[in-house]
Amino acid sequence: MSETGHDNPHAPGPSLWPIGFAIGVACLLLGLVLSWIIAAIGAVLAVVFGLLWARDVTREVRGEVPEIEPESRAMADEAAVPAEPTAAAPLPTYTRSRFLEASTLGIGAAIGAVVTLPVLGFMVLPSFTNLEEQDADLGPLENFPKGRYMIASYLALPKAGEVSRRTVFVRYNGLVENPASQGRQEPSFTILYSRCVHLGCPVQPNGPIDEAAKKDVNGVELRPVLAQSFGCPCHGGLYDAEGNRRAGPPVRSMDRAEYSIKNGRLVLGQLYAVGNVSGTGANAMISRYPWSTPGTHVDGIEAWLYPIVPSQVTG
Amino acid sequence: MAKKSKRGTLVETAVLAPLDWVDERTAAVRGTKWFLFRNVPRDVAWSQTLGSATLTAFIVQTITGVILAMYYEPSSSINPTTGKPVAYSSIEAITNDLTLGWLVRGTHRWGASVFIILLFLHMGRVFLFGAYKYPRELTWITGVLLMVTGMLLGFTGYLLPWDQTAYWATVVGINLNGTAPFLGPWLAQFLATGPEIGAETLAKWYSLHMLVLPGAIMGLIFVHIYLVTRLGVVSPPWAAERAGRERAEAAPAGARAGLVRGGTSGGSK
Repeated sequence: MSETGHDNPHAPGPSLWPIGFAIGVACLLLGLVLSWIIAAIGAVLAVVFGLLWARDVTREVRGEVPEIEPESRAMADEAAVPAEPTAAAPLPTYTRSRFLEASTLGIGAAIGAVVTLPVLGFMVLPSFTNLEEQDADLGPLENFPKGRYMIASYLALPKAGEVSRRTVFVRYNGLVENPASQGRQEPSFTILYSRCVHLGCPVQPNGPIDEAAKKDVNGVELRPVLAQSFGCPCHGGLYDAEGNRRAGPPVRSMDRAEYSIKNGRLVLGQLYAVGNVSGTGANAMISRYPWSTPGTHVDGIEAWLYPIVPSQVTG
Repeated sequence: MAKKSKRGTLVETAVLAPLDWVDERTAAVRGTKWFLFRNVPRDVAWSQTLGSATLTAFIVQTITGVILAMYYEPSSSINPTTGKPVAYSSIEAITNDLTLGWLVRGTHRWGASVFIILLFLHMGRVFLFGAYKYPRELTWITGVLLMVTGMLLGFTGYLLPWDQTAYWATVVGINLNGTAPFLGPWLAQFLATGPEIGAETLAKWYSLHMLVLPGAIMGLIFVHIYLVTRLGVVSPPWAAERAGRERAEAAPAGARAGLVRGGTSGGSK
């Protein structure tokens, strides 16, 4: 093989560091699953060997960097020799053609921006602004027996049709005193949103559905179910009766919906994300966060990966 | 050459003169020859045809896709006669009612997998042959972009039948994108046009699938193939002859050279 061939002008010398780098990366990935210590060791290995490798590879390039003379000497020389009159140097000129070139480019860019930006805005912004939301009326409270879940399926946006069909699991927890309203007795509900917080598949209640007792209240389909847990058919996520993750890949507890009672009817409000629920039923302590995309952490160190989510900005 | 009948010369002129005329004004004939009549190593392998096979699969996807677009309707509203979504009903009509629709849809549906499989085989071949090395790094980089665009085409096309599989697979796909750090939730909300898949999602994905991404992939294919033509085909690793050696001077690169059997370059002018 000739050294002047086209195929190997940039071939760096052999190096063992990539092996250490690869081990470090593998260790880091393994550590993400196993423990932080292994991940830290892997990260250190990867960084150290990566730097060594980079040093090795660029040795030739760095070797070619010419020695730069200290600037001070040149300054000193200049000071010693009387400076030439600067007027001798040709003045920088800005010719007419340069000006026309720059103005053509500038005006072209401005016109392009004026035409493009609104179009880009129209492409992107409707996904984030003026999102239609409607409170869903799930019907009279009497339809929800105490202590058991009802599967309620409704249209979130009746105008949009079936594509907006959503399902929630509603459990009536009985009357509880609300300290916020002078200890008045108020009905309490647990309302879990059926979308899995792993990747958004439809979570199913693990129990028999009483199809015979199915009700249709103004387009809202209600089916009682005997379930103390919920499972996701896609990737095996498992939640308990309060929506806490028990097994599988979900990263937080099941999303919940706000609710209000209007004229004796249960009305769903906004969805919100839940970090964890301690306690059960009416006494549950819910760590509540703004709704976020399934699969994103809302608490813990991983939540730092999602500092701003669209629902925090656009509601 | 030497013994050419008068008639032969006449026919040759009749064929070549229009080509000369076009070539003089556009360089199209020279360009085509530059593209097609290339030197390749003596011992090229069959595995080096995988790139052309991928391109062929893409052309099949383009043609069948254009035809499917004539009958498909990207709407999630309910068709009053069938009681099913318009998009799903149009897919049913293509598959069951329209003559040979099942064939074109099936070709497009399976062709998508064929395209991706060939693309990966091609990538494996390039990797194993070391064909990504100097001076072909940019060919590899455009190839990676082609892979990404191809997978995006598969991802966006999967939603269009608007059945349960398509819907939930896309929910999962969008939310997978949503788990990317920092911008993930924003990307997911853009893709779904809102927090969840809604009425606008299908039309948006249809536009991405048949306007945005095909435009992008065609541009990338052009650059990719230009680079392949410019830089030449790589020798297989087992080649006996050294790569980059001096080659015999090719035949004069006039517009006509090689177009007519016998090599009558500069024949009758």
